[in-house]
Amino acid sequence: MKCGLSALLVAGAVFVASPTFADVRQDAKSQVEFGVNVALRGLWREAIYRWEKAVDLDPTYAAAFNDLAIAYEHEGQLDKARRAYEKALALEPNNSQIRQNYELFKEINDRAAQQKDKS
Amino acid sequence: MTAPLSKKISRSVVLGGLAAACAMLAIACGSELYEVPIETPIKAKLDVSAFQRVLVAGFVAGGSDELDTNQETVRLLRSQLRSKSSLRVIDADPMTLIDVAQEQNKVATETDAPAAGRASDGEPSDRNASQPTALPQKIKDEKDLESYDRLFANTTYWKRIGEEYQNPLIVTGSVLFAPRTSAGFVTRETEVYDGLGRRSVVPTRTYMERKGFILRPKFVFIDGRTGATIYSETRREEVLYNSAQSTPALSSYFELMDRIVPDFLGALSSQKIKGTRVLLK
Repeated sequence: MKCGLSALLVAGAVFVASPTFADVRQDAKSQVEFGVNVALRGLWREAIYRWEKAVDLDPTYAAAFNDLAIAYEHEGQLDKARRAYEKALALEPNNSQIRQNYELFKEINDRAAQQKDKS
Repeated sequence: MTAPLSKKISRSVVLGGLAAACAMLAIACGSELYEVPIETPIKAKLDVSAFQRVLVAGFVAGGSDELDTNQETVRLLRSQLRSKSSLRVIDADPMTLIDVAQEQNKVATETDAPAAGRASDGEPSDRNASQPTALPQKIKDEKDLESYDRLFANTTYWKRIGEEYQNPLIVTGSVLFAPRTSAGFVTRETEVYDGLGRRSVVPTRTYMERKGFILRPKFVFIDGRTGATIYSETRREEVLYNSAQSTPALSSYFELMDRIVPDFLGALSSQKIKGTRVLLK
């Protein structure tokens, strides 16, 4: 059991250090950058498409999940936004920017949930 | 002589290099963050697509004598609905619902009295449980207000009002706007300057007497076609000021209503909540 876990960790570390991972991260990064550029121009649907692609390419990319969460929030898809924020924070628990975004989101999400409960 | 000088120069070069590296790092880090404005849409609590018009009928109001809370609430909600909802607002004089409730209560007491008399003659009856209790003439607190709640459950009455105004959505309810005083220790931030004139802020606990107001509105949304309540919501807000400060009741009322109105409007129309988030690369 212990051997299996160690092998998995080693395999993970090797993958992260491998040129393949670097390529994947680079591809994901260019998708994220493109997404940021279009989001800044107000094209949030296109940004969602890019960031979804980025997290598919690299499911360990916290920034991509953060950006995706913001876009979902902007589109009113609050459940998806929450899941994406939680994923981003699970990947980078000490990232203060992600945490701040999540806290701001929670305020709105709680309010929306209260409205649902009341109705 | 030359050795310490060159040491000094090399040290300053290193420090300069470090500072430049830090600055470059800061710039590099800065370029990875993008603050964006976003607008989160929140769906309306109620589906009001069946209504084209809304009647803000009036409120059972009490608490402070300094302002006509019924009148002010009706006026404020109508103006907000006119500018922020798609419903057409009906202009009508605000109803004095305290009088309506008193009248209804009087009728109910009169019709119940003979039945109660028969019950005391020997027939077992549980009428005492449902017998209307007297309504307070002057509303001073939340308890007084609660006794008026049965007015909103009177579907016959509200259906009649609905028919009178061609079946609109009816907004009514109760509002308590009452003075409140409080005394105790509060934590305040105080500016402190040290010997070098540097400013810092430290929390200090001080005893304070404060006065202000509480606002407790209950909004009741009634279907004018059936007279039935479709949704109701109660909020409670308070504001307290230093007792030396003199704040007019009307300005406190608007300050408190400002906190409540967005939620009220959220019942009828979808809203967009503005904010900013930070995109990362």
